[in-house]
Amino acid sequence: MSASAKINQTQKLIDDVLSVYPEKTRIDREKHVKPNDPSDCSTCAVKSNVKSRPGVMTVRGCAYAGSKGVVWGPVKDMVHISHGPVGCGAYSNWSRRNYYNGETGVDAFGTMHFTSDFQERDIVYGGDKKLGTIIDEIDTLFPLARGVSIQSECPVGLIGDDIEQVAKAKTTEHGKPIVPVRCEGFRGVSQSLGHHIANDAIRDHVFEKAGTEIEMTPYDITIIGDYNIGGDAWSSRKILEAMGLRVIAQWTGDATLAELANAPKAKLNLIHCYRSMNYICRYMEDTWGIPWEEYNFFGPTKIYDSIRRIAAKFDETIQANAEALIAKMKPEMDAIIAEYKPLLEGKTVMLYVGGLRPRHVIGAYEDLGMEIIAAGYEFGHNDEYKRTYPLLAEGSVIMDDATPYELEQFTKALKPDLVGSGVKEKYAYHKMGVPFRQMHSWDYSGPYHGFDGFSVFARDMDMTVNSPVWGLIRKPGTASVAAAERVAS
Amino acid sequence: MRQIAIYGKGGIGKSTTTQNTVAALADAGKNVMIVGCDPKADSTRLILNEKMQMTVMDLARERGSVEDLELEDVLQSGFKGVTCAESGGPEPGVGCAGRGVITAINFLEEEGAYTDDLDFVFYDVLGDVVCGGFAMPMREGKAQEIYIVTSGEMMAMYAANNIAKGILKYAHSGGVRLGGLICNSRNTDREDELIEALAAKLGTQMIHFIPRDNEVQRAELRRKTVLQYNPEHTQADEYRQLAKKISENEMLVIPTPISMDELEELLMEFGIMEPDVVDEAGAVA
Repeated sequence: MSASAKINQTQKLIDDVLSVYPEKTRIDREKHVKPNDPSDCSTCAVKSNVKSRPGVMTVRGCAYAGSKGVVWGPVKDMVHISHGPVGCGAYSNWSRRNYYNGETGVDAFGTMHFTSDFQERDIVYGGDKKLGTIIDEIDTLFPLARGVSIQSECPVGLIGDDIEQVAKAKTTEHGKPIVPVRCEGFRGVSQSLGHHIANDAIRDHVFEKAGTEIEMTPYDITIIGDYNIGGDAWSSRKILEAMGLRVIAQWTGDATLAELANAPKAKLNLIHCYRSMNYICRYMEDTWGIPWEEYNFFGPTKIYDSIRRIAAKFDETIQANAEALIAKMKPEMDAIIAEYKPLLEGKTVMLYVGGLRPRHVIGAYEDLGMEIIAAGYEFGHNDEYKRTYPLLAEGSVIMDDATPYELEQFTKALKPDLVGSGVKEKYAYHKMGVPFRQMHSWDYSGPYHGFDGFSVFARDMDMTVNSPVWGLIRKPGTASVAAAERVAS
Repeated sequence: MRQIAIYGKGGIGKSTTTQNTVAALADAGKNVMIVGCDPKADSTRLILNEKMQMTVMDLARERGSVEDLELEDVLQSGFKGVTCAESGGPEPGVGCAGRGVITAINFLEEEGAYTDDLDFVFYDVLGDVVCGGFAMPMREGKAQEIYIVTSGEMMAMYAANNIAKGILKYAHSGGVRLGGLICNSRNTDREDELIEALAAKLGTQMIHFIPRDNEVQRAELRRKTVLQYNPEHTQADEYRQLAKKISENEMLVIPTPISMDELEELLMEFGIMEPDVVDEAGAVA
């Protein structure tokens, strides 16, 4: 099949899927779903980072989710107050599996849940006094908490509470940073704005205001945009330390407030999740001239490439260490590939995740001989799509802010052997009998980053794709029910 | 039971007019309740002859929530048996006063403050319809009639027109109607004619023209309505007339708000605004 024929075929599929929408919706969604043309990004540019169309049942989150759930939540030695009614905090509590070391309730607070639990009277009379009281109580109950962040829920912005003033007064009173974050959920079109707001809050309230004196070395680097899901940042750190580099901060998986404050002392910022933390890297570059480098620790091909690119920023000692590390790890990685590739070769994958993984995991799947046939972002911007097109085959489906209907239709038409997406999609796919991995939280597994992560990743993908369970799922009204009943009888 | 809401520009005299009118209705044997919908909570002081009554929201704040309140905690009886309630709310600049109005009215409703023996319920609402909370009294099942207090001053008329826009919005969803404009005189030129002309443009009537009289202030300083302080005074008769007109009013309309241009034309017609003033203003803008 010629190249353009593949693109045309995908375009026809997209047209078919979107044809059921009312005209206005269809015209809008056409801009968000395109066949990939790696040779010409101008024609495959999907529209992104705009408001979701009402009624499409978007799976996007809100600014509060982006700030509290993603960026601030993992900072372990601070207390993060979900400021507003109880629901936002309760339903987002410990949903990201950001592992951390420390004594919970003593010097770490990651799995604990703090909320100002707004009542009617707090809305009518304002919640500033209550907030001040909570901060005082936190200082008494948890003296080892190094600071507090105030994560604003919608009503705080609606009633115009002056949390900045409370934070300022309490910062002076307690002598530790109290950080107001204006991440009210109604702001922006997705959780993406929450990441940006959270980055800005670190810039305004942590940089040059907190931190500890540390002796610097020429090899100091940071890990930015790794939230230590299932231990991701720890397995990444091992690689960087084996290269002879010193990781002075992890943003923000297993992070401390001091690590946030010390990041500007680094020689190089390494960024994994570009979408959620590029803002702060750019700020550190503009302000202190600290360079930053994107890297990818999913799967050996990308890991080797990233190690070499990072090493190239340092001296020959580091470069020699890098090559030695690759040489040492390659047999182990080759063995994993030798074990799993025969089981997964040629299997197709459809991905619909947040703002990084749809492109970052492509290499890891390819290492196992698997092919990505469709990929989409919940809240990606143009930056993500530009970085994604060249990584995917011609004619693969690229989708932005996809709807459950679209995902279901593409799954039926393309028949992927594996779908990787989030918890909101997971059970629908289970019911459809389609092999599924939860690619936000690694389906309660992990880590997937680094050399340690690849063995887990390969095992999990095999376990999912080749599980006999999918064939036993009974779908009402289809032949498989009859088949399953025959098996049962 | 007729539910009536009084709106108008801040400081125009809504609370004074409402309480004097209610006093006149009560004096004529009507059973009336006033619900103050303003955090300042000054809608019942002339009826109760006291500084400020305990409000629904202040008491809810003290006890925890509105669920902790009983009706008798927040309802007080004043001049000629008028029942008084104040929604209450925050001091200026904090919290959400609109939410306070919604919560308080819901509380009164759920607890059965609106008894069948009431002839009238009057809502005295803060200034303009700035948000959903202050539109609460005109929603479905609440006030069916709105009266707007205004004067011949431009901004009071501008506010009246804006309120008419709010009524128009709820007229179709809830059935609220405009009963008329009450002109609370500021002694501006040709004030009665001007407000009558505005009323015509809005499709309504000037239901009454209340002349300016310092007896109102003298009564207020003593926390009394004119009806109570000096019932023989001519100003008391003005409020009696307004009460009677409202009582007998059958002209309930869906208003037809006008544009800013039309409002300016009206002012020019009455010689209040010179054409060149408009041109200058236009040039500046």
